[in-house]
Amino acid sequence: MLINGSAFSADVLQFGPVCIGTIFSVNFLLFYPTMSMDQPKPHAPDGGCSRRSFIQQSSAVIALVTTPSIITKAADHDERIAELFEKMPLSLEINGVRHELSVEPRVTLLDLLREQLQLTGTKKGCDYGQCGACTVHVNGERILSCLTLAVKTEGKKITTIEGLATGDKLHPMQQAFVKHDGLQCGYCTPGQIMSGIACIREGHANTRQDIQEYMSGNICRCGAYPNIISAIEEVQKAGGIV
Amino acid sequence: MINFTYTKASTTNSAVDLLLKEKNAKFIAGGTNLVDLMKRGVETPDRLIDITNLPLHNIDKKETGLYIGAMVTNTQVAEDPWIKINYPLLSLALQAGASPQLRNMATVGGNMMQRTRCSYFYDTAMPCNKREPGTGCGAMNGYNRMHAIFGASDSCIAVHPSDMCVALAALDTTVIIQGKKERRIPFLDFHRLPGNTPEKDNNLAKGELITGIEIARNHFGGHVHYLKIRDRSSYAFALVSVAAALEISNDSIVHARLAMGGVAHKPWRLTEAEKFLQGKKATVDSFREAAIVAMNGAKDYGQNHFKLKLAPVAIVEALSQAAKI
Repeated sequence: MLINGSAFSADVLQFGPVCIGTIFSVNFLLFYPTMSMDQPKPHAPDGGCSRRSFIQQSSAVIALVTTPSIITKAADHDERIAELFEKMPLSLEINGVRHELSVEPRVTLLDLLREQLQLTGTKKGCDYGQCGACTVHVNGERILSCLTLAVKTEGKKITTIEGLATGDKLHPMQQAFVKHDGLQCGYCTPGQIMSGIACIREGHANTRQDIQEYMSGNICRCGAYPNIISAIEEVQKAGGIV
Repeated sequence: MINFTYTKASTTNSAVDLLLKEKNAKFIAGGTNLVDLMKRGVETPDRLIDITNLPLHNIDKKETGLYIGAMVTNTQVAEDPWIKINYPLLSLALQAGASPQLRNMATVGGNMMQRTRCSYFYDTAMPCNKREPGTGCGAMNGYNRMHAIFGASDSCIAVHPSDMCVALAALDTTVIIQGKKERRIPFLDFHRLPGNTPEKDNNLAKGELITGIEIARNHFGGHVHYLKIRDRSSYAFALVSVAAALEISNDSIVHARLAMGGVAHKPWRLTEAEKFLQGKKATVDSFREAAIVAMNGAKDYGQNHFKLKLAPVAIVEALSQAAKI
């Protein structure tokens, strides 16, 4: 693994779990009844195995020879050195802009977009691949960014909802969602739009039944489905400029 | 998610070597199941070896059969026009699984390696012999609506969640495995029944990697059907699924293939029912009798009692659809 000097800069130190997944209890929808509210939350990032062992070992040595106040500082220092070793350089293109980044391997593409690059248009619904709210395009194909490790997108082209409009002009799919009222709360909408565009691109939007089946990976708790289907149908019939 | 180190493997040999060197390393391909499990703390590898760049992306279409590299995505297989015509059962089963986004990510090898979606396996606060051997089976006397009716043991009543694998079980599939040397095993010997070691889903040895599958040419033509019964009309795991393939001549069945999903720890091939159907007329009555044969030995655990009634009906329906009657 390469050491990247930028690991010390403030912008790369702000990872944290964003546990808004519970807003949508979509876990209900695919998993069994027991996997609901009482399910334990995923482990909070606690520094990771290698960092943990690094700090334990190095701080223990320091603790033997120093006073308590210095130990705290030493642990701080260790933490930062450990991060140097645990981050990886990552080069990718997002919405036409090249990014040279430094990320921990455990960071998902979704968290990279939202937490490190402030591209918060892509939503975190369930965070477990069950709702489709985090749908983005990688090299033109729709995928779930919550189950994609950012390091696996090295050299790839990512398109998010922020990359669709041209200046003030909305993408035809965005316009169609507005026209057909394809939303209520709007939380699933970025994922629906990204998926809808891909659905046409794949050739799976020729009938309403087709659209329904090939949009089944995008859950809308408000139940705006008929209007979402109408929006996609209209863009497809208009020649599918996607 | 607990942090880990990440390495990209460029050759099959180096991937296998890397895995053997590390005590707690795992291969990652599409990651659709592994990343999910890591977020929940069910899987906690120290190192991930990314195998998506390995040269295992080929689909080789031959008159004698079909080879699919382990890193081919589920979408690539499901949408391949030649596979749709020559191996429609495989295409149908893949299209019934997951969502387009997940199928774009998931690979053929990864699909075979996916773990059960048993809620006790996923919940680290619950007992589960598969996740933590010796802790017991929470599902046995718990919520077991989704669970097995065939081949379960006192240790585990979980089911294998794949649709693709049900089709592969019904067809003559061989799994190609690379370890220190290459070996090939019949698909039906790849996955395991739980027995006393439910922690082992399959017969891969440490340091072995699935490099591809081969499916022999068949004569089922369009006489195939994949029926998936689930709680929603799409994007849900099977309560019961049936892969049916028939070779019919003069209204009589020359060969039949039947496999079920959602009913056992592995894709469940129904060889006795197949034998029963051989030489019989392709009628609903034959299919009903075959379904009775197929259900021999089925056992429920309470909440999944309905599967004892649902499964035979699904078999009759799938066979009828395959026979186009």
